[in-house]
Amino acid sequence: MMETVAIPPFETLYLEHRDEVFGFLVRRLGRDRAEDAFQETFLRALRGYARLRHGEHLRAWLYTIAARVAVDEHRRRRSPEAPREEAVRDSRPEYAELEHLADGLPAKERAAVVLRYGYDLSYADIGMALGSSEEAARQAASSGVRRLRQRRIEIS
Amino acid sequence: MTVSPQLDNRFRAAAAAEGLLDVAYDVTDSPVGPLLLAVSERGLCRISYDAEPERQLESLARTFGARVLRSPRPLGEVKRELDEYFAGARRSFDLRVDIERLTPFNRSVLEELARVPYGSLTTYGALAGQAGRRRAARAVGMIMNRNPIPIVLPCHRVVGSTGSLVGYAGGLERKEALLRLEGSLLVDRSE
Repeated sequence: MMETVAIPPFETLYLEHRDEVFGFLVRRLGRDRAEDAFQETFLRALRGYARLRHGEHLRAWLYTIAARVAVDEHRRRRSPEAPREEAVRDSRPEYAELEHLADGLPAKERAAVVLRYGYDLSYADIGMALGSSEEAARQAASSGVRRLRQRRIEIS
Repeated sequence: MTVSPQLDNRFRAAAAAEGLLDVAYDVTDSPVGPLLLAVSERGLCRISYDAEPERQLESLARTFGARVLRSPRPLGEVKRELDEYFAGARRSFDLRVDIERLTPFNRSVLEELARVPYGSLTTYGALAGQAGRRRAARAVGMIMNRNPIPIVLPCHRVVGSTGSLVGYAGGLERKEALLRLEGSLLVDRSE
């Protein structure tokens, strides 16, 4: 058995990843909107931090939060003009659905699947989130999808 | 891409303002060297002479929870009282301290220690007696050595029964400097 990785002090995690997470948000949202999203990302991370049970894949976890904040920010921007019906029809966003579906996957595959198909991240960004190469991210996502398909067949 | 200092500060202030931290800490200068100061939601929980905060973060996280973040604002009152103390303008602290996670004996020793007045000295044995274990002078010595909140919990005022300074986790020079500041060390041993 592998030993569980201890959860580091938040300061350590923050110092290590703040610049790349900010860079990611700037690419998704542009510089102006990235600033608010940056603060929101790390505040959400703090809110969830006490519930973490181990310190593995924290970087991917942070990217998932950042990606979600970016999606929310896009929706928020669109919503003033968008009619309400749309919100009713589509009450549960796709990414939430996918996160639920992907729950049983190994952590790395789960992150890759969710970031790719839930948040539409590039494999380069996913590689960064997972601390691995673009190619490894591609492989993690595709083996995650394979596993999901298999499970579907077993269920049905 | 680098996060600007403004954005960084804004996040750190917001994290504290929203009550999301187990521990907020900062590093400040003092006449006895840089000090790491940390507060939990219950009060001041750490003063360390260790100028490399990273070494303290792990231990703070283990003791109080992993949401440890440098955030100056919650430390404002602590810094102000320490500045006044070092300027000779304050003789006692009005700060809440968080020593709840210590053992009961450890706590009662530190509570007795907090009553030792500015400018006076006590001994390890006397402190042990006040905490209800007359013969535990050595244990009290250990507790002083591991005092999580030196200066505010004034372990520098505790000396050996012969009046010798004995020791100080922050180094004897600092113990001397604090006692000199308080006027209780008449002979300057460094000369």
